[in-house]
Formats: sequence, structure tokens, C-alpha cells
Amino acid sequence: MATFGNLSDRLAETFKNLRTKGKLSAADVDGTVREIRRALLDADVSLDVVKQFTAHVRERALGDEVNKALNPAQQVVQIVNDELVAILGGQQRRLQFAKNPPTVIMLAGLQGAGKTTLAGKLAKHLAKEGHTPMLVASDLQRPNAVNQLQVVGHQAGVPVFAPEPGNGVGDPVKVAKAGVEQARRAQHDVVIIDTAGRLGVDAEMMKQAANIRKATNPDEVLFVIDAMIGQDAVTTAKAFQEGVDFTGVVLSKLDGDARGGAALSVASVTGRPIIFASTGEGLDDFEAFHPDRMASRILDLGDILTLIEQAQSAFDEEEALKVAEKLATEQFTLEDFLAQMQQLRGAGSIKKMLGMLPGAGGMKQQLENFDEREIVRTEAIIQSMTPAERKNTKLLNGSRRLRIARGAGMTVTDVNQLVQRFEQAAKMMKTVARGGMPQIPGMGPLPGGGAHGGGKRQAAKGKKKASGSRSGNPAKRATENAAIAEGRPVGGAPATAGSGFGLGAKAGAAPTPSAEDLAKMQKLLGR
Amino acid sequence: MAERASWSLGAALRGVFSAKTIDEDTWDDLEAALIRADFGPAVTEEIVDQIKAQVERYRTTDPKDVQRMLREIVEERLAKYDPTLKLTERPAVVLVVGVNGVGKTTTIGKFARFLRTFDRSVVVGAADTFRAAAVDQLATWADRAGVEIVRPEREGQDPASVAFQTVDHAKREGIEIVIIDTAGRLHTKGGLMDELGKIRRVVEKQAPISEVLLVLDATTGQNGLAQAEAFIEHGGVTGLVLTKLDGSAKGGFVLAVQEKTGLPIKLIGQGEGINDLTGFTPHVFAQKLVG
Repeated sequence: MATFGNLSDRLAETFKNLRTKGKLSAADVDGTVREIRRALLDADVSLDVVKQFTAHVRERALGDEVNKALNPAQQVVQIVNDELVAILGGQQRRLQFAKNPPTVIMLAGLQGAGKTTLAGKLAKHLAKEGHTPMLVASDLQRPNAVNQLQVVGHQAGVPVFAPEPGNGVGDPVKVAKAGVEQARRAQHDVVIIDTAGRLGVDAEMMKQAANIRKATNPDEVLFVIDAMIGQDAVTTAKAFQEGVDFTGVVLSKLDGDARGGAALSVASVTGRPIIFASTGEGLDDFEAFHPDRMASRILDLGDILTLIEQAQSAFDEEEALKVAEKLATEQFTLEDFLAQMQQLRGAGSIKKMLGMLPGAGGMKQQLENFDEREIVRTEAIIQSMTPAERKNTKLLNGSRRLRIARGAGMTVTDVNQLVQRFEQAAKMMKTVARGGMPQIPGMGPLPGGGAHGGGKRQAAKGKKKASGSRSGNPAKRATENAAIAEGRPVGGAPATAGSGFGLGAKAGAAPTPSAEDLAKMQKLLGR
Repeated sequence: MAERASWSLGAALRGVFSAKTIDEDTWDDLEAALIRADFGPAVTEEIVDQIKAQVERYRTTDPKDVQRMLREIVEERLAKYDPTLKLTERPAVVLVVGVNGVGKTTTIGKFARFLRTFDRSVVVGAADTFRAAAVDQLATWADRAGVEIVRPEREGQDPASVAFQTVDHAKREGIEIVIIDTAGRLHTKGGLMDELGKIRRVVEKQAPISEVLLVLDATTGQNGLAQAEAFIEHGGVTGLVLTKLDGSAKGGFVLAVQEKTGLPIKLIGQGEGINDLTGFTPHVFAQKLVG
């Protein structure tokens, strides 16, 4: 992907011309739309969907909605994001269970999509939720698929119904039917039927799948599709829709760096919701699908803060000043920092979380090297401080620092570094806030504290990273500080706070991948 | 539903080539067809511009010429690299790598059979010790192809040691060709990619590696390039295998992969039958693709 450059970079080019404009001309919109089209194609979104999509975006972008906006360029991206989320199925859907058990779930998909592995994951997931699932081995085609399912079932601690040895022997329809019977007898409340991988063009195999469906009358037919699939996603999805009429989609191999445009294509063409995402080879690497996150991933919207920075000159300063007053009085203390960090840790493995985020593709390497214990250490240092010290770092004299270092099992140098970095961050945030500040569009609807929270996070994140690498990015920080000192009052303020920490805005917005954060991001790039 | 023989772009382009004259629609349709075949926006743009320039130069208005030009351009681009497999070492060690579910094990089965038809003795090494039942799957294929298999001695054995034992076995028995199956790994997983490097190093202590074949699934989109780049870096890939060409996907992304990486496509897989693997011929491929 790096080969083509990401959407943000290219859009930034397009937006250069928009900076001074209050309104978008048709030509401006066309330029932007062309870049978006290309980005979508690079993300493997199907051509028909792209065409339809860009036409829609263009129409909306040329409407009044945009011309009245403060920042037209951001607005275009906002529209794109909205549309993406809408197509991806707005809200999440859960599995439908049968009124009279057993609930029958059938899996279908191309070869190598990850059906068998998914069967195990789904079984484990359901078992955890208190169901008693049973797996049925109806893939009698691929050599040793039955064995694989048995192994997977064993790992998930779920029984496997496999009366036929597979490898081309046996009738998958009969096995599926017998499996459901068996489940009824043995009082399993969910039956998961693993079927052979088949090509959409293979009429015979599609008929077989349809027969399995007819014989078992499943409550859910899940179509498993590889996130790496290209333009063929649409053809395949249509073929499967005609063949077995699936009720939901599972996107697999999302742990790679494919942007997963296929998700958009499939959801848009078939109108079926994506229910689950499969994100690794372990049986627990399985989660509910989040349309908003996927939208960001497809467009690489994690870089959106950069966009806002780029487009800032077009922003209305008066509006910003009003909001900034609220912020100037706020204080950012080590306590806030700590709270932020604990929230972060509570959310699970940071590496994994960050990896999922849009734009994280480029930081994969950094992520691999990121030492999670660094956070624990920083936390230890802060926790070794008294509440008063946390509120006011000026209290920290030599002996206090020594005490803290001892308490945290670290050296005084570590404590010094943390305090220094924190003070710089706090100072910068204050300057920024007083300077007339946040260009954060969308500040209006947000309560002052909430918006400030976003800032904190950037600081928090940057800090941790810096304490990991030790290098920080002094040069950049210096330039940006200077810029602020010069009294360049408005431009680039919030983004400066982020990018000054080396890691930049991506991670700044990252910490909690909750819907709330994404909503915030969307607001950020909104009005 | 698409027909069984729909692999070629023919159907998508029929409208283009049967039109009376070359106009804007021709270019739009051509572009659409190429993008649908996963050529990707960049390569598509290049090809379309190239054809436009040629049309301009030869002042033709016959869409049939466009078809011919397209075929020639695709063929020319594909033929830049040498698709010959180099298996002259004895034993010739072939490492097969790729992301999950692209058809590595199946390809090995077919490849072993392919080599058997040339009367080469073959042993396969089941170094995919990770995925459940992968060893059994390979054993079934080995059995079908009539070749020997070296299995791991115990569950979860280090794949590098299985590879080592396989090469060792081949040397002792005087077997000509060694094919080593590896576990599917996403190219973004640093640890797993390092493991691949280890397999290489360990095998190279025994015998030079003749070929490292990266298996790519034809249904893959633009991510194929990222995969290839990562596998070249860690696995020292020497050639590409394009699988699942029997579906409706056309695998246009390989053109970009081949050009960006300089790796030739060496084999193509077109089905689940044991004989559904053939060598790669640019001419035939272009002919089939463009029609």
C-alpha cells in the first residue's frame, strides 16, 4: 500500500487548493472525488460500488450542506465516512437464535477463506456465552478437513459430529442433516455446519450447498470471506447469495494489512450485514464487526487529523476563539494522565488494539517494538507520587524524586524524564489553549472537558512512546513551539500537540477503540 | 451466476471489441474491465494510456485493434521475466510459502505430481506443524501423487527441524527434488516471518535452496503486492504461483506484483484435481485473459 501512498497524502495534495476557499466548486469536488475513487479501488472496493459511491458523495458534496460548512474539505471526508458507515450496515447485528433449539448455523465460502478455523472460533465463543454448540463436519472434499475440524473442536472443547472420514468419501448433505438430528438428541442448542470451500462458478458445488441448506433449514447461513479478496468479491458474493442465500457475512484474516474493501462491496451488493470479524489464528481471535472502524480502515481515516491540519487555514477563527476560552482555564495534571493510561490498559492488549486502528499499517513495525511494560513503569512512577505531587509537579524536589524513584523501582533519571516530558506537554497544551486555539472543529457540540480529553490522550500517548524511544522528536517539537511562540495563533494547534510527540495524531486518537472515540473523531472532522 | 469458462476478460470486453468505432465508451469500458480483473488503478491507467497512445499513432478506429494491442501489452509485460523453474541442483530444494488459505498444500500435491510425470523422484516435507491436520492433508496429497513424505516426529515440532530432516532424507536416499510445505502466515506477523527466515537458514546448511515459491490466490486484490514484498524480504522468494484461477477471479494484480518485484510467475493452479497445475506461459495467459 505504501507503494501507492495513502489516501490522506493524496487528499492533502488536493486540499491544498481548497485552503483559502470558503466554497467548493464542482471542479474541486471532482478532484477530491477522483482521489477517493482511487483510494477505494486500491482498497479493493468493487468498481460498481465505487462508481455508485462516488456519484453519491459528489452529489452530496455539491449540495448546500457543504457550501455552508466551515471547512469544505473536511466536510467531503465526513460525507465519505458517513456513507461508508451507512453502507457497511450502520449498526451491528447479532446472531439470530432459533425459538426451538437447536439453532443451526451453516458456514459457506470459497476455499481457504477460513471456514474451518472460524467454526472453531464461533463454537468457542458460543460456548463461552453459555451455549452448548456442536460442530458438524460436512467438508468431505478437502483432504483431512474433517481431521482439522476435529482438532479445532477439541481445542475449543466442543464435540464434533463426523460420521464420514472425508477426502471425497460420503455425502455432505446427509452428514449435515444427521448432524442436526444428533444435536437434537444430545440436546445441543447450537449446531455449526462446516462445509467445503467452493467457487462461485462451480454450479455443482453450489447446488450441493443449496441442498445442505434445504436439508437443515439453518437459522443463519454465514458467508465467510477473506478480507484480502479483490474485485472478485462481488461476483463471488452474488454467486453465493443466489446459491445459498446467506444471512450474514464473516470477514476473515482482518489481522493482515489488507484494507478490506471487500467488506464494503459485499455489504453493498448483497445488503447482508457483516456480523463477525476474524482477526488471527488463535481460537479467541474473533469479534463482533464494527462498521465504523471498518470505514476508517478502508479509507485509512486514522490519518484524518493530518487532513484537518492541512485544511485548517480555511477554518473560521472567530468560532474557534469562543471555544478556546473554555479550555484556557483547564489544568492538565499527572492524575489525568494516569487515569487516561489506566483506561487504556483496561481495554486489553494495546499492541493488538493499535494494530487494528486505521492508519496503523505504517506503524506496524513501531508496534512490534513497542514495549507494553513501559506503560506499567510510567504508571508505577505516577502512582508513587502523592496526590499533591501529581497535581503540581513543581513540588518535586530532589528528595521527593528519589523517594518516588525508590517507590517505583526506577531510577531518578527515569522520574526526571517523565516529569520533564509531562511538563513540556502540559505547557504546550496551555499555550495552545490560551493562544486562541483549537482548531478542533466540532468543539462546539462537545463539552470543554471532553474535547480537552482528546488532547490529553494525545499527550499521554506521545509520552509513553517517547519514554520508549527516548528520542522523542525534539527538532519538530522545537519548531512547533517556536511557531506557537511567534503567535501564529490558530493554525495547526491541536495537531501540533499530537505531532510534537513524534508518534503523531494517529496514535493520539487511538487509545480506546470505542465507538465513543470514533464518534469523537468523526465530530472532529465534521463541523 | 458466471459460467465455468468465465475466466477470461472476454465477456467483459465483448462489448468493447464488437463496437463499431473507438470512442470514450471504449476507454471507460476497458478501464472498468481491467479494474474488475484486479489490475489495480495504477496499472490500469498505464495500460489504458499506452493503448490510447498506440491508437493515436496508428490512427485506427477499429476496436479489434484495441483488443490486439491489449493482448500484446499484457503479454509483453508478462514476458519480461523468465518463468522457468530452476531445479538443476541435486537435491533441488523448493520451499513453498504464502499467507493462510491460498492453497499451498494443494499446490504442493499438484506440483509433486507434475514433477512425477517428468520421472523425477520427489519427497515432500510437512513443515506446516501449526495448522490443525495440515500434515494429514499433505500426506493425502503425497499419497495421491505417489511421492514420499517426511512427517514431523511429534506434534508442534519446530518447522525448521522438519525441513532439515526432509532435506537430510533426500540426500541419504538420493531423491532429486524436495518440496517443503510451510504454515500459512500473514505477512504482517513479524515473528512468523522470522520463523520463515530460520527455515531457510537451516535448510541452506544442508543444501542450497533452488526455488522459494510464493503462492498467491487469484482472488486476492491489491494486497497481493504487500504480501509479495514482505515474503521477498523474509523468505527470499524466487517465483510466484497463482492459484484458484478456475474461479471467476482473474488475478490481474500479479502483473503489478511481477513488475514491482521482478519475480516471474512460474506456475498456475486451476482446480482441485491433481493435474490442475501447469507451467506459466505469458502468451497463453495473455491469450486466455484477453480472449
